[in-house]
Amino acid sequence: MSGTWIAVLVTAVSCYALKLAGLTVPPRWLAHPRAQRFAALVPVALLAALIAVQAFGRGHALVADPARLTGLAAAVIALALRAPFLVVILAAAATAAGLRALGIA
Amino acid sequence: MADTSAEPVKRAARDGVALGLAVGTSGLAFGAAAVASGLSVAQACVLSIVAYTGASQFALAAAVAGGGNLIAGTASAVLLGSRNGLYGLRLASLLGFRGPFRLLAALGITDESTAVALGQPGRAAVRAGFLATFASLYLTWNAGTLAGALGAGRLGSPNSFGLDVVGPAAFLALLWPRLRDGRTERAVALAGAVIALAATPFCPPGLPVVLAAAAALGAALLPAAGAPGLGEDLGGRLSKGLGEDPRGAGAADERPCR
Repeated sequence: MSGTWIAVLVTAVSCYALKLAGLTVPPRWLAHPRAQRFAALVPVALLAALIAVQAFGRGHALVADPARLTGLAAAVIALALRAPFLVVILAAAATAAGLRALGIA
Repeated sequence: MADTSAEPVKRAARDGVALGLAVGTSGLAFGAAAVASGLSVAQACVLSIVAYTGASQFALAAAVAGGGNLIAGTASAVLLGSRNGLYGLRLASLLGFRGPFRLLAALGITDESTAVALGQPGRAAVRAGFLATFASLYLTWNAGTLAGALGAGRLGSPNSFGLDVVGPAAFLALLWPRLRDGRTERAVALAGAVIALAATPFCPPGLPVVLAAAAALGAALLPAAGAPGLGEDLGGRLSKGLGEDPRGAGAADERPCR
């Protein structure tokens, strides 16, 4: 078996095992209030980090892609207007695609 | 969200399917990148079928492409996968799945399914949102991987359709109610975003997001972080729904820590 195959299989199985480990942690391990708070806040921290990195990141660089940021601004406006989820993501994608198609951004 | 009908469940399923279909198209990009990196079509597909987590898959492909150290590449891919384990901690109580079904549900843990599950008002809707996102994203991501690996990635850039904005816009929409209502959560979100951006120039792609878990750790350990509401949040949110929580953010903040 080639080294690449071993790397692929180890990565694949380990990534699945990590998911399963998190999902099947015995409840008493999380019984402490601080552990509960950590588990409750982790998705908030990670998803906020993802939003930031996907908005501004390009590899190692931080860039301000005008189409992307305007698309996200459209999402924020839609959210402030209490638009449904699908409208929010459509507004964001359509704004970014529209600006790019027009060559504006 | 006061309705007792099946409406929240339907809405959760619909939102999950839509997000899965939109984000899954980036499987095309992964398939194309994987083959360009020197992975075979079969290797790209095994990663999407079993690992099923974009950041880790891209990281391994990048390591192979660099002709770099496969052990380091594998290690960084697995490290990136650790965030799904952290999501799992949260999803375990939200989903409440028991028995062997957890073996299947575990596979479905991604940023997207977590975000959708987190944004739902009750357990039935949480489960519907999670499973709908899982099913639609899994199918699209894997079909995209295969098509991309076979050469369809050359058809055009997903960016021209604005698909690069779908992910962040969706995560923002799903976090929005929690950011609006919770002072602690706003602080944690802001800290997480700052940590990730600050780390981006210095870390391999994907790692900054894992580092952002430090923001949650800090808030969980701070004794006066205004967190009393969050411990109850595990059960309270499920039974009451986000919009109906009688404890305002301010009230939660003033409560003494037990």
